[in-house]
Amino acid sequence: MLGSRSARIGAIVLLGLVSVAVLAPVIAPHNPDSIDPSRILGAPNLAHPFGSDALGRDVLSRVMFAYRVSLSVAIGSVALAFLVGVPLGLLAGYYGGWVDTLIMRPVDMLLALPALLLAVALIAILGPGTLIALLAIAVIYIPILARVVRASTLVVAAQTYVEGARARGASSLWIIARHVMPNAIGPAIVQATVLMGFAMQIEAALSFLGLGAQPPTPSLGVMLADGRDVLTQAPWAEVFPGVAIAITVLAFNLVGDGLRRRLDPRGVAR
Amino acid sequence: MSPRARLIVRRLLLAIPVSVLMSVFVFLMIRLVPGDPVRTMLGFRATPQNVRVVRKALGLDRSLLAQYLSWAGGLLHGNLGEDFISHTPVSTLLSTRLPVTLELTSLSMTLAVLIGVPLGVLAAARPGPVRTATEGFVVAGIAIPDFWLGIMLVLVFAGLNQILPPSGYVPLLQDPVQNLRYMILPVLTLATGEAAYIVRTTRGAMEETLGTPYVQFLRAKGLSERRIVFVHALRNAAPPILTVVGIQFGVLLGGAIVIESLFALPGVGRLIVTAIQQRNYVVVQGGVLLIAILFILVNLVTDLLVGVVDPRIEEGQPS
Repeated sequence: MLGSRSARIGAIVLLGLVSVAVLAPVIAPHNPDSIDPSRILGAPNLAHPFGSDALGRDVLSRVMFAYRVSLSVAIGSVALAFLVGVPLGLLAGYYGGWVDTLIMRPVDMLLALPALLLAVALIAILGPGTLIALLAIAVIYIPILARVVRASTLVVAAQTYVEGARARGASSLWIIARHVMPNAIGPAIVQATVLMGFAMQIEAALSFLGLGAQPPTPSLGVMLADGRDVLTQAPWAEVFPGVAIAITVLAFNLVGDGLRRRLDPRGVAR
Repeated sequence: MSPRARLIVRRLLLAIPVSVLMSVFVFLMIRLVPGDPVRTMLGFRATPQNVRVVRKALGLDRSLLAQYLSWAGGLLHGNLGEDFISHTPVSTLLSTRLPVTLELTSLSMTLAVLIGVPLGVLAAARPGPVRTATEGFVVAGIAIPDFWLGIMLVLVFAGLNQILPPSGYVPLLQDPVQNLRYMILPVLTLATGEAAYIVRTTRGAMEETLGTPYVQFLRAKGLSERRIVFVHALRNAAPPILTVVGIQFGVLLGGAIVIESLFALPGVGRLIVTAIQQRNYVVVQGGVLLIAILFILVNLVTDLLVGVVDPRIEEGQPS
């Protein structure tokens, strides 16, 4: 399925990262919350490969547990955006006319705001929190996925086999579900994959600002905010959470590019 | 009217309903807060008396439509309400903060373009090690969270070696040199991320143009490679580059919110974040509206520029 070598590397890395997130309680070397006064700002060593933070806690274990939350929000928000955005795009693209306008006008409105600003505005209304951050990110990405699906629906709906189904008297909804959706969904899957990496970046930014995950919920963004206080004494507390995010975005992008070859040859997804 | 002028007028007219709808969304923000926004704003000062007074001041006791009309009317007069904590008009707060955000975003975008376009052109025209290095830059620039990059830069330039200040701000008109010293790290942070996207788009557009029969024809005509690349190919690549600059400016405005907080720059972004933490909805409203309008304006300008620069739109021909 994934043709090129870089896509395969990305897939393996992603699989590894997801495994770490899922298995963190089992494979984390230390309790992420256990304070060790003798190891305050300790440099990386064999027992603590990522070093220790201001309270002597093991950074590697903390990164693993924070990663669980950040990755869950990243995947969850895009999945939600997918579930809402794809039907919207299908309907807008297939029916056209006033249905298209009714759906796509508010969608375009949302696209008119910078993503992070929209998320921040939503959190201003609903209050901070991991779940709200997930919802806010989903709201940002619904328009993007809806647009992508709409564009590919327009192409698919014009195909002769769709006309043939219509001539046979099949209902519109049946046509959409059976013929249009399977063929139009490819670019949306590619787009969603790439968006998951960026969703993680946004979640980190929100948590960094104190608008996302709230204590005691761990998050890579919160770790990045905390790490600033001890930046020169213990740079490892700041470096490793950031590297975790960057590798994740990279992996999602590589996998997305690989999927693009198969699912989106016309390059509908960005 | 020439097709180009028609395009410009159409684009200008489109910006109006978008702005109006934006104002409605921002207006609804404070009304969508679950529970009583006034009680949340006042916190422990929420005596029945205070609640009544603030509610009347915010106009929350009137019908939704009346509220919107009076708010919109106030907007057009430059009245965005008042910060309930310091009693400063929001418009004053914003006007002192806006230059900071503008300086940050315009310097960042300019630097990003100055780095990104030449790199993209180079990568397209000269395959080999240059191309691979640029690929790496693009990949890293997109994947690395910009505020993390900012912190790393602070570590290197302010933490370990005290070359530059880690945070703070001096107004440009007060002391240009100091102002730039404080702005170098924030601008570098934002510009690097943006440059990655610009390099990617420039390289893609240039490669596409350089592969067309048109360019082959120019080569056959005997034009120098330099002239082909910089005059003809770049002109054809300009529309997608400008478009991505417009889109990325929105991302930049969002990123500025985080970077301003990181480097303690007194801009609109940081104002919004602080106001959210204080539940200061009126200020949040004003700040969000301002940034949204800014984004709409920038997109308008880039769309117009694309319309002007795009060689496919010929004067005098039907569009």
